[in-house]
Amino acid sequence: MTSTYKPTDEKELAELISWASAEARPLELVGSGTKRGLGCPVRINGHGIPAKVDLSGIAGVVFYEPEELVVSVRPGTPLEEVNRMLAERNQMLAFEPLDWGWLLSGESKAGTIGGAISVGSSGPRRVKAGAARDFVLGAHAVNGRGECFKSGGRVVKNVTGYDLHKLMTGAYGTLGAFTEITLKVLPAPEKTYTLLIHGLKPERAVEALTAAANSAFEVSGLAHVPAAEAARSQVSHVSRADRAITAIRVEGHGVSVMHRMEALKKLLAPFGPLDELHSMNSGRFWTELRDAWLLPPDHQLVWRVSVPPTSGAEIVAASGADSWLMDWAGGLVWLGYESAALGQGARIRAAMTGGGHALLVRAPETVRREEAVFQPQAEGLAKLSARVKAGFDPSGIFNPGRMGAVSLPGAA
Amino acid sequence: MNVSMAEPIAPDLSALAARFRQVLPLECVVTDAVSRKPFETDAQTMHRQMPGIVVLPETVAQVAEVLKLCRDFGVPVVPRGAGTGLSGGATPVPGGVLLAMTKFNRILDVDYANRCVVAQPGVTNLGITKAVEDDGFYYAPDPSSQIACTIGGNVAQNSGGVHCLKYGLTVNNILGVELVTMDGEVLRIGGKHLDPEGYDLLSIITGSEGLLGVITEVTVRILPKPETVRALLVSFNSIEAGGACVADVIASGIIPAGMEMMDRITIDAVEEYCAPGYPADAAAILICELDGPAAEVDYLIGQVTAIATRNGAIGVRASQSEEERLLFWLGRKSAFPAAAKMKPDYYVLDGTIPRNKLAPVLARIGEMSRASGLTIANVFHVGDGNLHPLILYDANVPGEMEAAEHLGHDILRLCVSVGGVLTGEHGVGTEKRDLMPEMFTDLDMQQQQRLKCAFDPGQHLNPGKVFPTLHRCAELGAMHIHRGRTAFPELPRF
Repeated sequence: MTSTYKPTDEKELAELISWASAEARPLELVGSGTKRGLGCPVRINGHGIPAKVDLSGIAGVVFYEPEELVVSVRPGTPLEEVNRMLAERNQMLAFEPLDWGWLLSGESKAGTIGGAISVGSSGPRRVKAGAARDFVLGAHAVNGRGECFKSGGRVVKNVTGYDLHKLMTGAYGTLGAFTEITLKVLPAPEKTYTLLIHGLKPERAVEALTAAANSAFEVSGLAHVPAAEAARSQVSHVSRADRAITAIRVEGHGVSVMHRMEALKKLLAPFGPLDELHSMNSGRFWTELRDAWLLPPDHQLVWRVSVPPTSGAEIVAASGADSWLMDWAGGLVWLGYESAALGQGARIRAAMTGGGHALLVRAPETVRREEAVFQPQAEGLAKLSARVKAGFDPSGIFNPGRMGAVSLPGAA
Repeated sequence: MNVSMAEPIAPDLSALAARFRQVLPLECVVTDAVSRKPFETDAQTMHRQMPGIVVLPETVAQVAEVLKLCRDFGVPVVPRGAGTGLSGGATPVPGGVLLAMTKFNRILDVDYANRCVVAQPGVTNLGITKAVEDDGFYYAPDPSSQIACTIGGNVAQNSGGVHCLKYGLTVNNILGVELVTMDGEVLRIGGKHLDPEGYDLLSIITGSEGLLGVITEVTVRILPKPETVRALLVSFNSIEAGGACVADVIASGIIPAGMEMMDRITIDAVEEYCAPGYPADAAAILICELDGPAAEVDYLIGQVTAIATRNGAIGVRASQSEEERLLFWLGRKSAFPAAAKMKPDYYVLDGTIPRNKLAPVLARIGEMSRASGLTIANVFHVGDGNLHPLILYDANVPGEMEAAEHLGHDILRLCVSVGGVLTGEHGVGTEKRDLMPEMFTDLDMQQQQRLKCAFDPGQHLNPGKVFPTLHRCAELGAMHIHRGRTAFPELPRF
């Protein structure tokens, strides 16, 4: 029987961790548990069943100052609550955190802000606005010794001390337990339009996306969806096209969006027939893309592959995937496989000749135990990562094995 | 500190110098005092120290050899780019080696399709933009030293510039680095892809101030040049009115490319220096730059003008030509040299505060200036709350430099006390090292130092910078069990 602890503040959490550290008791840190299926399963190495630490009790907004573009929240605050609060002031988390629930459980489960930052995934706007970690200005956390520490601050321009909060972004809770996260927010766009090009092959789509990305028209989304996946869209312009669609998002002030749409139409007309999505349909389409909702729900394996954008089409061709999506002008490729057969990781990684990495994001637990879920690292880098982990969590009690070998006790 | 030109190389470094000469070309190992002298300081000239040996390696393999030898001899080593840093990050360590990366000055790859440039660390910041501007691209972070400062130094310091509000600091604009550790190991982190693999080490190497490793290659993102850039020159009869205007611009959903403000003292100094034609009656002026597609910029010029007028602006001018825009900037860009005309020396601060604390903080700085008898000129990146008070002094007047330093530290404490930070873009280095406890507890700093230990357990790389107390890594790694093995009784179980 797994013990579950639910601390309600930093002090209780620190005491719990001090005790676990002294006893070398492994802990599984969870917010609302919606992303437990992401990354490697926690491994225990003979230390007994890990106790679960439910951080959803450390929740709430510490402060939100819209005119300062900053919000500070406790990690257990539901992501939807944060999004809603910002939307009321026409602001947003510009890195577009994913709702991983669709991919991992077939329904919307956005989880907590602590979970979103801990997996550190960025949505389609990554190409323009930056990554999740670019928006984390500071944090308070508890390390594996049970010590409370902070880094960063609440201002955007800050180089005082090391950005431990950025390092903890995307560390899957293996370095520390957040108790407060301070985020930069941005104004939500007044208008969002999407330019669609119909019927392009993947290589040609990357060329079109490159042309858009390299233009001065400040596009904020650059995606390509093959015909079968486009047919799954709830946006009829996309699903009824009966062809692949290449999508370019244009956001901002109204006059500016109209001007840029016209300019992009001229630029991209040579690529094929054009269409456009307006605000509501645009919003729906980019959410479907962001959450990889357009991949068939019954495809057992899904990989998320980050590569130099011009490699995107090559990766798709070499992958043998049964379904796929391209985002970030080719720099992000989602690959789906009908069967849960092992060995796809090696095939994908062999095709990544220009660098990058592949992360297994949906798979039965048996596969997640066998496959290299995270990209295997060169030995020097892996050892360094393990030493970094030991610097935060010397007994290796936080989420052991969650990020693969580097996060197992004794890896340093 | 005065250094005799005849000062010989310290005797215990002779053996190390001899070993350097076995792995580096002879001219790349500098031991005579005259040639070492230029390396005794970076742009933070209050702190000077002659380096024991200066090495200028030409290859990554040589960097690795130098670091391993320093480790084996137990000699500290300080990496240096162009030496334009303002916080003493490249100040040599007594009896140590100075590792100058200036020979790594080539651009290795310009990749427009992937929108990135791969450069050696000694390439200047502006050199990257120069390499791509004819094809319509640029590198966004633009520290004021961009003509001289190197991209390797920018990574070490996480350098900013005037466009950070919209485009971010260095950390937001790089994709990968090659790094040599103190063990001589060559690590590649990131590349031309956007997502980090494993721990996001790139985000802590950026801004590590040369304490974690030596950067030997950088991959930066480049951006297409905006279609149009225009600026507004707005004058106010109080700093408060200017501050309120800035807050309203941002609250209305506009993120300008840059927002810079200057106080009356600075306006007078730059008018004297280069006559940019700033309004003679203003207590403060604001330069608000807007970039992007032409239709957007024209629209936003109208929006910001309306907001400024609502906030009591006494004058608003929108640039009608590139020439006029550059004229608006001329005064701002001349602020530091103009200040240098008023007094022989100045000490520039770099605290960042929440924007809404601007008026009270500037009022308090004014009081502190009057109480100390030292003049302070204020220029600041008002859009992101990053202040650059310039404390004017004369180092030849006994006690003035110390008074300036003392006043500067008090101002930085003030910044921290209102929720701000010690440094927005210049770094901690030696200059603000002893102020770190104003912002961080011992536990906060120990956690940062453990990161240092993961990279450099012997603490040979740039020791004495950033952290006020040196802890041995073994001491930081020890587990202190305060509560014994008592179980955890208080917490409810579910």
